[in-house]
Amino acid sequence: MSCNQAEVNQRQGRKLLAMIMIGAGSGVGATIAELIRAIDTADSKGAMVVAVNQLAAAQDAAAIPTLITVLGYNNPGASVAAVNGLAALGDAAVPALLEQLDGYNYGARAWAIRALALIGDPRALSVLLDTAKGDFALSVRRAAARGLGNINWSLLAPDQRAILQENVLQVLTEAAISDPEWVVRYAAVAGLQGLAIAWVEPNCQMSPLLNCLERVCWNDDTAAVQARARLALEALAS
Amino acid sequence: MEPDPQQLVNAEGESLTVDQAIANLCQTADGGLRYYAAWWLGRFRVSESEALQALVAALEDENDRAPDGGYPLRRNAARALGKLGDRTVVPALVRCLDCDDYYVRESAAQALGALGDERAIAALRSLLAGGVAAAVAVPGKPHLVQPYNAVLEALGNLAARDAVSDIAPFLAHEVAQVQNAAARALYQLTGDAAYCDRLVDRLQEPNLQLRRSAMMDLGAIGYLPAAGAIAATLAENSLKLIALQGVLETHLQQSGFPTAGLTAEARQVLGLMDELL
Repeated sequence: MSCNQAEVNQRQGRKLLAMIMIGAGSGVGATIAELIRAIDTADSKGAMVVAVNQLAAAQDAAAIPTLITVLGYNNPGASVAAVNGLAALGDAAVPALLEQLDGYNYGARAWAIRALALIGDPRALSVLLDTAKGDFALSVRRAAARGLGNINWSLLAPDQRAILQENVLQVLTEAAISDPEWVVRYAAVAGLQGLAIAWVEPNCQMSPLLNCLERVCWNDDTAAVQARARLALEALAS
Repeated sequence: MEPDPQQLVNAEGESLTVDQAIANLCQTADGGLRYYAAWWLGRFRVSESEALQALVAALEDENDRAPDGGYPLRRNAARALGKLGDRTVVPALVRCLDCDDYYVRESAAQALGALGDERAIAALRSLLAGGVAAAVAVPGKPHLVQPYNAVLEALGNLAARDAVSDIAPFLAHEVAQVQNAAARALYQLTGDAAYCDRLVDRLQEPNLQLRRSAMMDLGAIGYLPAAGAIAATLAENSLKLIALQGVLETHLQQSGFPTAGLTAEARQVLGLMDELL
């Protein structure tokens, strides 16, 4: 690439970044159909990011199928915007996310699970449990482990809640100790902290959880994971 | 295109035993098995002497040739040796810096940087001969005449303070990644934070590759003031987490963790990492 061409590309890139940063507000006034059309007709990755940001900012349930489709476009900027849009829509996005969870496209699946993890709806529990346990892709296991610490338990009846919390505890302690990837163990530790804080019944399973965190804090071979476990123990002690 | 190591470990990484891997590397009938065994020994940190001997022998392999004339097995063996932490292999890796294959030289330079043995410094510096004027692209190839990034990074890792004057001109090389590598090394050699600020500025680049490489450089040198900028840059969370891990762990080591408790700075970086999970 010649120097001039590189300069032109850089200038175009800067312009796009600026567009992205102001982009979220400038779709005001457009209908959802128009915002969706803008995504269908986006002619570059940057234009796509701008269009998805605008659709996400509209916070309209009619945008859900399109936002989910975007997760499979292999455009990280657009996917981040779509995940944030879906997460902001919350419970309304959960049935479609679960239904369209694509088992074959790992990229799209990772983004969808990230959205489900951020929403924390218990309907996603079985997907998040299976994913944290054994998904092929470490980034997907990571997102699922974090999501298991972010469940809105008040949506479940107490008896159901107790059984499912036990499942979550088992999966997260297993991941925190045995996952081969440091970042998954890190996410599982963060998830355990979230689970402990969300627990409604006092000290029901606190001791295996704390034992697990202690073990990670002193034995993990990755300092970042040890530090996260220390942080969790301190948060739970106070 | 070489196979993605991550894919291999997930697909079949657990199925080899150490003895099998060493045997696979020592036979010559199946080149694919040898190539995989070399990678596997590095991935699983098998540092027993039979493994080291087999890997050192593989550095002089003549059988496994790429269509471009390169030596794929040598590349993998050099990478593996960089992970095993045994400095007795340094002279063999230094000889690889003269190999015709650019990628063997690159892998060897990276391995030498990782092993931290200053006997490698003179040979690494010799690859910078001719300075920026000589550091041009090879016609028809996607790389420069020498693996400058790997060499500059290795000199930084090896604390080669005498090499500062060799390295400084590369801040003005036309390839941004080479500038980054020079800035990274110069920070390690001088402790001058101004070099890191150049890398932090790069996190605002429109080009994703440049943002990624600056981020990984900042993580590798553990520059704590960059933590917020790394978390905020437009790039994949997976890479940001790796860069922040580098920043965090450098700080943890400096602050005496785990004997000492978590500092406010460590808590701050952990908070940034949580948001990226």
